[in-house]
Amino acid sequence: MLPGELKTVEWQGKPVWILRRTPEMLASLKKTDDLVADPESLRAKQPAYIKGEARAIKDEFFVCEGICTHLGCSPTAKMALGSESGISDSWQGGFLCPCHGSLFDLAGRVYKSMPAPDNLVVPKHTYLSDTRLLIGEDSKES
Amino acid sequence: MQKQAQQLLDWVDARFPLTFLWESQWGKYVAPKNFNFWYIFGSLAMLVLVIQIVTGIFLVMHYKPDASLNAAGVPVAFASVEYIMRDVPGGWIIRYLHSTGASAFFVVVYLHMFRGLMYGSYRKPRELVWLFGVAIFLCLMAEAFFGYLLPWGQMSFWGAQVIVNLFGSVPLIGEYLSLLIRGDYVVSDATLNRFFSFHVIAIPLVLIGLVAAHLTALHEVGSNNPDGVEIKKQPKDANGIPLDGIYSHPYYTIKDIFGAVVFLFVFAAVVFFMPEGGGYFLEFNNFIPADPLKTPPHIAPVWYFTPYYSILRATTSDFMLWLGVFVLIVGGLSFFSLRHKLAKLAAVGVTGVLVLGFIFLDAKFWGVVLMGVSVLLFALLPWLDRSPVKSIRYKGSLYKAVLAVFVVCFVVLGYLGILPPTPVGTIVSQICSILYLGFFAFMPWYTAMDRTQPEPERVTWQ
Repeated sequence: MLPGELKTVEWQGKPVWILRRTPEMLASLKKTDDLVADPESLRAKQPAYIKGEARAIKDEFFVCEGICTHLGCSPTAKMALGSESGISDSWQGGFLCPCHGSLFDLAGRVYKSMPAPDNLVVPKHTYLSDTRLLIGEDSKES
Repeated sequence: MQKQAQQLLDWVDARFPLTFLWESQWGKYVAPKNFNFWYIFGSLAMLVLVIQIVTGIFLVMHYKPDASLNAAGVPVAFASVEYIMRDVPGGWIIRYLHSTGASAFFVVVYLHMFRGLMYGSYRKPRELVWLFGVAIFLCLMAEAFFGYLLPWGQMSFWGAQVIVNLFGSVPLIGEYLSLLIRGDYVVSDATLNRFFSFHVIAIPLVLIGLVAAHLTALHEVGSNNPDGVEIKKQPKDANGIPLDGIYSHPYYTIKDIFGAVVFLFVFAAVVFFMPEGGGYFLEFNNFIPADPLKTPPHIAPVWYFTPYYSILRATTSDFMLWLGVFVLIVGGLSFFSLRHKLAKLAAVGVTGVLVLGFIFLDAKFWGVVLMGVSVLLFALLPWLDRSPVKSIRYKGSLYKAVLAVFVVCFVVLGYLGILPPTPVGTIVSQICSILYLGFFAFMPWYTAMDRTQPEPERVTWQ
């Protein structure tokens, strides 16, 4: 995967996203900390080994279910920054749900006062090797 | 020859009440003589029901409710609809009749309901006619919703996804409820199969039963009319017919045939020249096969659901405060207006429970409730309207103004429901939602305050 690339795979009939985040993308999460409803993902559905603002085992690779926590539409990636995105002048990149307009940042964290109540769900996943990812199971050790 | 026909009829009548049924339900059914334009939509609804059933029978012969992919990688259900459109002889017209019929059904039914609102057709003694009608409206919405999944296009899939997930917001049982409706954890082949079953057998059976009940009740109590005059109370002529009454046959047979002809002109024009209805009757995104991995950039329900969809979208967490104030006002008014002590207590109890619910339960849940309530409120009209007269012709300017506001709100909500959500649109739809609810909630007071004119003895008729 190229830096910044988003890949969608099907798991349990649902889209799962794998986003390879660039250092700039990861840095943007600091800026969105104040804008999102649950920056530490305390309420979010995610395995215990997913923590902090990056919400990933390896910060570079963000894995989550591409299903809005509101009514289950699949949000659209809006990677263009600022006014180019058509969302706001300070847009840091993220996702927009086409159904009811919920916004999420690059760690799937929902912005404040959106229809969606929670951050996007991170499924169980584990790295079988540096290049192979298994979705749906935890690693043996954890 | 005529003698033999009469003998045959006598033979049947001795064994089955054929003549009786014909005469009581239509032939000798006495209706007021002053029906106007607004009185054709009942028979048109029957016509559309027949069109839907007949075309539906032929569609089921070729349609396959199967979400698996065929050799070309297209879902079988979607491909079978394309097959009907391209390969089945006459398939395209059968399907366009059915899809246009769905929209026509709602056009006709909304106008039929508006007629009822204008002339007070829900008032005593027609409460049951009205309640059967509300049940028909509910069935129609369910029928349309289940049918919309069948082509298995993008809008089918994501529309069902959103609506089924709505039920997930019901406290405690929500998750289980949406699982029960879907038959799976995601909208899938299981969902498609059960929606097909509901669309072609379960709901139509109930619908036909309700239509029969609606008509039987109507022919028992007699039709209302644009003056709201009860012709049954009038003196009768030599034939035992009320002064302002006429037989449905041949008078209204002719009128209804004329109405059907005009309707079919418009209907055929849509079927032949604009079957997609500009993307409102058949949505453009639904010509793309269902893709569980990608939601279309803009999803909206078909036009006839948009007023209720707008009410659903308007119910955000900010809106709950408005709604709380609204319920407190209605509750307070009820408390001071109701005489009976138990009724007063009930008003306080219901208001309290609602306000607590608004505070502790999700706005998402209340959106679903409000959407359901805004449909069901029609059922209460016979008991909410306290005007001494039925028809808008003799009601005062207050009622006319309120009804006009209600209709404007309904149309605005419908229009906003087809657009993507915007901050201004949300505020406008919140105002319209409150006014929509207010039409029903404040009806006992404004209909009692309204300055009406006395109803005449005879109907007005030129």
